[in-house]
Amino acid sequence: MALILNEEQSMLRDSARGLIGSKAPIAHLRKLRDERDATGFSRELWRAFAEMGFPGLLVAEEHGGSGLGAVEAGVIMEEIGRTLMPSPFLSTAVLAATALTRGGSAAQRQEYLPRLAGGDLIAALAVDEGAKHRPLHTAMKAVRSGNGFRLSGTKGFVVDGHVADLLVVAARTAGAPGEAAGLTLFVVDPRAKGVEIERTVMVDAHNAARITFHDAEVSGVLGEVDHGAGLLEGVLNVGRGAVAAEMLGAAEEAFTRTVGYLKERKQFGKLIGEFQALQHRAAHLYVEIELTRATVLKALQLLDAGAAEAGAAVAVAKAKAGTVGTLAVQEAVQMHGGMGMTDQFDVGLFMKRMRVCQELLGDANFHADQLARLKSY
Amino acid sequence: MANVDQFRSDVRAWLEANCPAEMRQPMTREEDTFWGGRNTTFASQPQRVWFERMRDKGWTVPHWPKEYGGGGLDGEETKILRQEMAAISARLPLVSFGISMLGPALLKYGTEAQKREHLPKIAAGLIRWCQGYSEPNAGSDLASLQTRAEPDGTDFIINGQKIWTSYANYADWIFCLVRTDSAAKKHDGISFILFDMRSPGVSTKPILLISGKSPFCETFFDNVRVPQANVVGQINRGWDVAKYLLQHERAMISGMGERGGNRPLGQVAAGLIGADAGGRLDDSMLRGQIAGFEIDEAALACAAERATDLAKAGQAHPAFSSALKYYGTELNKRRHELLMSAGGIDALEWESERSTEGAAARAWLRTKANSIEGGTSEVMLGIVAKRILDLPGA
Repeated sequence: MALILNEEQSMLRDSARGLIGSKAPIAHLRKLRDERDATGFSRELWRAFAEMGFPGLLVAEEHGGSGLGAVEAGVIMEEIGRTLMPSPFLSTAVLAATALTRGGSAAQRQEYLPRLAGGDLIAALAVDEGAKHRPLHTAMKAVRSGNGFRLSGTKGFVVDGHVADLLVVAARTAGAPGEAAGLTLFVVDPRAKGVEIERTVMVDAHNAARITFHDAEVSGVLGEVDHGAGLLEGVLNVGRGAVAAEMLGAAEEAFTRTVGYLKERKQFGKLIGEFQALQHRAAHLYVEIELTRATVLKALQLLDAGAAEAGAAVAVAKAKAGTVGTLAVQEAVQMHGGMGMTDQFDVGLFMKRMRVCQELLGDANFHADQLARLKSY
Repeated sequence: MANVDQFRSDVRAWLEANCPAEMRQPMTREEDTFWGGRNTTFASQPQRVWFERMRDKGWTVPHWPKEYGGGGLDGEETKILRQEMAAISARLPLVSFGISMLGPALLKYGTEAQKREHLPKIAAGLIRWCQGYSEPNAGSDLASLQTRAEPDGTDFIINGQKIWTSYANYADWIFCLVRTDSAAKKHDGISFILFDMRSPGVSTKPILLISGKSPFCETFFDNVRVPQANVVGQINRGWDVAKYLLQHERAMISGMGERGGNRPLGQVAAGLIGADAGGRLDDSMLRGQIAGFEIDEAALACAAERATDLAKAGQAHPAFSSALKYYGTELNKRRHELLMSAGGIDALEWESERSTEGAAARAWLRTKANSIEGGTSEVMLGIVAKRILDLPGA
C-alpha cells in the first residue's frame, strides 16, 4: 500500500478541514476557555460532526457507523490538531468506539454504538492512576459482588470524563500492578451511586476529569474478566495513533506560522528568515515533521491491516510525534520572540496543547521503552 | 491488483530459488560488496552466481528499460522486488556509481548513442565509474571548479585536479565536471563529460584517511584528450546534469545506513553488553539512546518509502532528496557512535584478529564523511531552507 492518502481519504481531509477551519478556528478554543464553558466543547459542533458521520467513523455500518479505519480517524485528528479544536472525537469516536466494538457483546454493541455513532452518547476511557501513563500498573480493584463487580479507587486524566454518558474503566480483578494478567475493562454509568467526578481543566483549556469510585457498581464487562490487557492495549494503540496524528497537525500548523513569521519580521534591517542560524533550525524542523508524517501514516495503515508490527509502528509514531511536536512548539515560541510569550498570540496555545498530547496515552520515553521491550533489549 | 499480487508471488518464488543462502547474510567485509568493472574479481562463488542470475533478469537495475540492460519494471514492481529482497535479507548483487548516479543522469540527458554505449555496461557490471566533482578549492562551493577543457578540433584537452574521487584508483571511466567557458558566470561555463581513466595524462593518488583506509583519491589530468561528443547534455549546461545527478547521489548516501541489511542496533548491543535480570540491555542510559535511534531510523525508512510513493504519484518535491540525505547521514553517524559505545573497550582494537583489523573503529571513522560527501549537512539544510521553505536570501 502506498504511504500516501488515497483519493477518498484526501476528500475526507478536505471536508474535515473545511468544517473545522470555518467553524472551529483557534478563536473557538479561546471563547470556550475565556467563558469557562461548562462542557468544554461545543455540542452544536459535535452535532455538525455527526451530520458528517464523524462520531461513527470507526463504528460498523450495522450499528450506524461508516466502518472506516484508523487512517481516516487520523485524518480527522490531524485537522483537529491544526486548530486545537476541543472535541470529544478522541474520547468517544476513537477510544470508546474501539473498546465497545472490540470488547462489547452483541447486546452491548447494539445498546451503545448506534447512539455513539449518532452523536448522542459521549463516552470516556478511564485508565491512568498516577502521574505517568502506565496501563499495566493499574491498581484499582474490582471486587465481585453478586453477578457483577464493584469498583473502588481513583482515575485521573479522564478526557471528557465530566460530561461522559458512559465510562470505560480499566481495573484489576486479579494479579498485581505491573502484571498483564488480571486486568479487566468495565462499562460504568457515571450517574451510578458512588461515582464522584471532579472536572480538572488542563493547562491547554481542554477537558479532563478525576473520577473516584466508592464501591461503585459496574454496568457490565467488556471482553473477558482477567484477560482485558490485550483488549486495552489494542484500544490504546488506536488512540495513540490518533493522538500522534493530532500532534502532527498541531506541529505542522505551529511550524507554518513560524516560517511565515520568519518571512515578515524584520530586525537589523533584514527579514529574520535571512539569518542562517534560523534557516537551518527551520529546515531541520521541516525534515523532522516530514519524518513524523510518514511514521504516523505508517502506524495507522498497519493498525488497519491488523499487522503484527502495528504495535512497534505505533510506539515509533507516538514517540516521534512527542519529540518532534515538542521541538516544533518550542521553536515556534522562541522564533516568535517576545510575541510568542503573549497570550494574545496563538503559538503559546500550541505549546500548551502539545504538552498535554505528549502525556496523553504515553510520552516519548514510554514509547521508546515500549519499542525496546518489543525488540527484546 | 491481481497482477501485482501475482508479480509479488513470482518474485518471491524466484528469489527463494535463486538467491544463495550466503547472499542472505549481513555484509561484514568490504569485499562483500560487488562493484563490477574491468579488473573485478568475485569474493566468492555464491557472490558470482547471485550477480549473474540477477544480471540476466535485468535486476541489477530493475527499473531501467530493457533495451539498456534493465529489468523494465515499473515503480510499483520495483518496490515489490526491493521489499521481497529485503524480506529475505538478500544483498544487492551489484553496487556502483554507474547505477546510482551516472545512469539516471544518462537516462535523462544522454543521447541515444551515449545510452546504448554506456548503460548496458553499467547494468552488466562491466565498467566501473567514478565521479570527478570536487576540487581542492571547490568543495561546498562546487560551481567554482577550475579544471579546464579547451577545444582542440573535435576534442577537448583537459587539465586540472579533482579530489575526494571515490575509488578513482579502481575505476574504468569517470564522469567529470570541467570548465568550458571561463568568461561566463560560474554556473554557466561548466560541462559534464565522460572519459576513460586509461586515457594518457590521467593519474590517481589515494588519500589516507583517519580510518587508515583510502576510499578517496586525488585525480590529476595532464593534457587529457577527450572527444567533444562525450559531453552529456549541452556544452556549458553541465550544471543542470550535475545537479540532477546530485539528487540521486544524495538519495544513495541517505540510504547507506540501510544497505546490506544492518542488524537492529538494540540486538547488536544486547549481544555485546548483555541483559539485566529483567531482560533489558544492561546499560540503561545507552538503552534509551538506542531506542531513540531506532525510532528515528524507522521514521527515516518511512519517509524514504513515502518519498518514493510521492514520486510515483508525481507529487514529490525535487529538493526532498536533500532532506533525506541530511537526515540519513546524521543518523548513520549516530548509529556508529552508539555501536562504538556498545562495543566499549573491545571496539577500540585497531590491529587484531578478533576485531577483524579494527573493523568497528574504521567503520565508525568512515561515517564521519557521510555528512560531508555529496554536499554537507549545512549545504543540505540551506537547500531545504531555500527551495522547500522559500526562506529569503537563502
